[in-house]
Amino acid sequence: MTELSKTGAAVGEPAPASPDGTAFLDVRDLRVHFPTDDGLVKSVDGLSFQLEKGKTLSIVGESGSGKSVTSLAIMGLHRLGARGKNVQMSGEIWLDGKELVSADPDEVRRLRGREMAMIFQDPLSAMHPYYTIGNQIVEAYRVHHDVSKKAARVRAVEMLDRVGIPEPHKRIDAYPHEFSGGMRQRAMIAMALVNNPELLIADEPTTALDVTVQAQILDLIRDLQKEFGSAVVIITHDLGVVAEIADDVLVMYGGRCVERGTVDDVFERPQHPYTWGLLGSMPRIDRDTTDRLVPVKGQPPSLINVPSGCAFHPRCPYADVPKDNVTRTVRPELQQVGTGHWSACHLSPEDRTRIWTEEIAPKL
Amino acid sequence: MISYIIRRTIAAVILLLVVAAVTFGIFFLLPRLAGQTVDQLAQQYIGKNPSPADIAAVKRNLGLDQPVYIQFWHFIKGIVAGATYDLGPTTVHCDAPCFGYSFKTHVEVWPQLTSRLPVTISLAAGAAVLWLVSGVTAGVISALKPGSILDRLFMGVALSGVSLPMFFTGQLALLLFTFQWPIFGRTYVPFTENPSQWANTLFPAWCSLALLYSAIYARLTRSGMLETMSEDYIRTARAKGLRERNVVVKHGLRSVLTPIITVFGMDLGLLLGGAVITETVFSLHGIGEYAVKSIQDNDLPPILGVTLLAAFFVVFANFLVDLLYAAADPRVRLS
Amino acid sequence: MSETKKTDPVATVPAQASAPEEREVLLKVEGLVKHFPIRKGLLKRQVASVKAVDGIDFEVRKGETLGVVGESGCGKSTMGRVITRLQDPTGGTIRFEGKDITRLNTAGMRPLRRDIQMIFQDPYGSLNPRHTIGSIVSAPFRLQGVEPEGGVKKEVQRLLELVGLSPEHYNRYPHEFSGGQRQRIGIARALALNPKLVVADEPVSALDVSIQAQVINLLDDLQDELGLTYVIIAHDLSVVRHVSDRIAVMYLGKIVELADRDQLYRSPMHPYTKALLSAVPIPDPKRKGGRNERILLKGDVPSPLSPPSGCRFHTRCWKATEVCRTTEPPLIELQVGQQVACHHPENFDDQQPQDTVLLTASEKESEPVTEEAVEAAPEETAAEEAAPAGTAAEETTVTGETGSEEPADGPGEPAGDAEAEEDAPAQATAASDDAEGTSEKK
Repeated sequence: MTELSKTGAAVGEPAPASPDGTAFLDVRDLRVHFPTDDGLVKSVDGLSFQLEKGKTLSIVGESGSGKSVTSLAIMGLHRLGARGKNVQMSGEIWLDGKELVSADPDEVRRLRGREMAMIFQDPLSAMHPYYTIGNQIVEAYRVHHDVSKKAARVRAVEMLDRVGIPEPHKRIDAYPHEFSGGMRQRAMIAMALVNNPELLIADEPTTALDVTVQAQILDLIRDLQKEFGSAVVIITHDLGVVAEIADDVLVMYGGRCVERGTVDDVFERPQHPYTWGLLGSMPRIDRDTTDRLVPVKGQPPSLINVPSGCAFHPRCPYADVPKDNVTRTVRPELQQVGTGHWSACHLSPEDRTRIWTEEIAPKL
Repeated sequence: MISYIIRRTIAAVILLLVVAAVTFGIFFLLPRLAGQTVDQLAQQYIGKNPSPADIAAVKRNLGLDQPVYIQFWHFIKGIVAGATYDLGPTTVHCDAPCFGYSFKTHVEVWPQLTSRLPVTISLAAGAAVLWLVSGVTAGVISALKPGSILDRLFMGVALSGVSLPMFFTGQLALLLFTFQWPIFGRTYVPFTENPSQWANTLFPAWCSLALLYSAIYARLTRSGMLETMSEDYIRTARAKGLRERNVVVKHGLRSVLTPIITVFGMDLGLLLGGAVITETVFSLHGIGEYAVKSIQDNDLPPILGVTLLAAFFVVFANFLVDLLYAAADPRVRLS
Repeated sequence: MSETKKTDPVATVPAQASAPEEREVLLKVEGLVKHFPIRKGLLKRQVASVKAVDGIDFEVRKGETLGVVGESGCGKSTMGRVITRLQDPTGGTIRFEGKDITRLNTAGMRPLRRDIQMIFQDPYGSLNPRHTIGSIVSAPFRLQGVEPEGGVKKEVQRLLELVGLSPEHYNRYPHEFSGGQRQRIGIARALALNPKLVVADEPVSALDVSIQAQVINLLDDLQDELGLTYVIIAHDLSVVRHVSDRIAVMYLGKIVELADRDQLYRSPMHPYTKALLSAVPIPDPKRKGGRNERILLKGDVPSPLSPPSGCRFHTRCWKATEVCRTTEPPLIELQVGQQVACHHPENFDDQQPQDTVLLTASEKESEPVTEEAVEAAPEETAAEEAAPAGTAAEETTVTGETGSEEPADGPGEPAGDAEAEEDAPAQATAASDDAEGTSEKK
């Protein structure tokens, strides 16, 4: 803990679990900034978290909260492409004992697809329209394995079969547009897992899918994780998906983590007003109440001029509860509020408990 | 697929007929509507001070005394089946495809076209290879490093290439490389005779023509690449751990080339109908030059021939482009 | 159930009669059909058609909100565009305030455009980027040649305020606004002429959760304030539950269930509704076990080019029997306020109790299904219980049945997954004789 305290945002972070001092995936004080004509976009601004193998972490947040940039940064993808030229990045990303931020880009490239893989929101646009599904999976395999096309094809069929695509030896020669949405996402998962990666990042993997297909895909991800024992990061805005699949939850707002804990902590005892807002905004299918929703007022913050103090204070109904205007002047650090439960909020524990149990929880 | 080809062929034939009819109409119908008599029309095709008998002979020989639609019918029939001209004492047979005889030189049109076609094809094909390679390369490099010095340089050259007229760049190339420093030949030599000599002579013309087109292609490639490289599937390709070079060529360029094929096919089709200015500037006896000469002479049969040939190339190129497009993009279904 | 109802193909009449609150019918749709022709060949003959909407009946009463849910491709959006006459129906009738508007031409529709408005999903695409907010919101006035009291500008500013935007935004452009604000602009435009009916196609699905809640509340407030009637088309069942009074569930161009909100969510009758509801992930980690109640439907929705015969859901339904394959179930009101088109509804008496289960229905399937077949014959329930054991057999049967080009999930699935699952005790709302789906706990 002392060792970590030198990185500002990580004050009081839980001690790393693995013996060599780092968790399997250990992100420390990650900052990713994009200079633009309008100013510096601080997409991720001091984010720390750990994830062990076999566990699923859900990163929750609205658009612009930095959740997708975080995943791209872990993969080293944010630097590629036109926008990545001037990206400024600091902090550390440890994956299985290797540090990625300072690593040689080509080294990170070799890890990409082999040790860490990613699946994306819209499988139709995420697959090349001109190549067959098989071709694309074979390519993913042969980047990291020196095998013949034939052998890679055998592997591709095997993967397609594993993710539940019927008649894989026939479907392998189909083009992405010939698949249905659910089948495409399965193929995408097959492509991501073809090299047995130990870290799988799924960026809104079911957002573009119908609800019945979503259920199939979530099930598949869960099963595959059990089978391969990989660490999974799921980025989503859907709290239903989070409750369904995650072990831990990280709530992001304005490029920072505002709350982190086990899925039970975050849903049962949320300790941040933004988390309350998310829970209150959500129409519930499992509740009979038809009361008005309790939305978060206002708009998400600009990442160029992040509000002073607590980035959430302009939208927070309790911004004036703590004394001395502290919410507007001091940026709250993550503090432990329970075992493995962290929150970055100026409200006192008593206030938080009172507001949650008396004001928020009854309305949900 | 087969029904698609049949439908396209029928459409192409109809289109060519319309082109022929319009051209025919412009030269035969419009003067009449403007009040010109058949005699005056016929007079254009013989020397000064013709005798009435001469005029009558021309009228009969060329069929000018018949209604326009009959004349058109004879013309079309000639293309398909050949024609026989009754010149009074003798008859002349002209094999299909018969585009008739020049009114001015009395030379058969079709052999003229076929003898000039290799020149035009040589010019167009050589220039096409040049502009495709240079334009696409410049476009890709520009797109990968937008705002860089290379990007600015390429786009600057491209801008000047588009804005400088052909007769300027052409004359300049001719002046510098053929006359000032005569490293290139002056007279066209067929490829079959001497390939190196052939290329040597055509090179300045190729470059001038390619400069114009590669500018367009560089811009096209650049904007296409910029768009494609921000596609999701490019991100996927990178997430697989592919080398950036492979990402650019196999995933990026592959997508950009498809729309470029389309434009390329049409440009090439157009050029095969005659690069009028280039051929004139470089004194190449191609289709374009033939067209210019015939128009100056108001010589109908060659004009009709060139127009139809050009239209044929454009229609055919379009057709080919569509087939290519379907082959390149599996999402496209021809139906 | 009753013979009279069964013979009545259009069951809207009894629905009306028994409606608890006698509200005036604003929109009445009967036998609505919208087919998109597919043309092929030399002469571009019509060889097939996409049956986007294939015979639906419903009505919308004044002041209520009708929610329309279904998966992509079920025809809900097409239905929305047809009832607003943005597209012409292929068949059926649409009555608005008793007037037949099905075949009205553009000129005839003009006055009605004031009364029927549409809100679209994409707040980016539906606003012209070159126009100011003022000109966007005032466009309806110009188009209809209406001069509001106090002038256009004042009225637009009032509308902007109504939807929670500042009147000063009048001269700004769409790109200066966030997604939620743009959707508010779209709503302001829709409300400009004081419409009677607002059809909203996925009004909040492009928005972030917190903004989505703002817009839902706004729609709610506007309904109270202005007495609006909504048809809200959405794929998000939680949103639909929150906003609707009644809900229509669509599948492959048909309404399979149309019921009051609470009834539908508490005791859905159509197996498809039940599967759909069970698939929604619940934001409550305590109910992670809820997965066990989940009915995982096999495969994808069949192609609307050639929808399955009989009941369109029979290829994916765990309760399907012979009759489902041959006879299309009519949409009839089985309970007050709940219409359903199913031969074997959930939470209700089976409509075809003696029918043969569709385990062996596929003749072309040579795969031996003997065990199940034998058991299936004597009694339906027994056969259904036996089904999980014969996973492969049943799945292949169902797959073969589909007959569409769409691939069916299944053979590659881990054992239990492809099965229709159901946690019997937890969901034991059903009548005892109700043939529950195959029950295999995970």
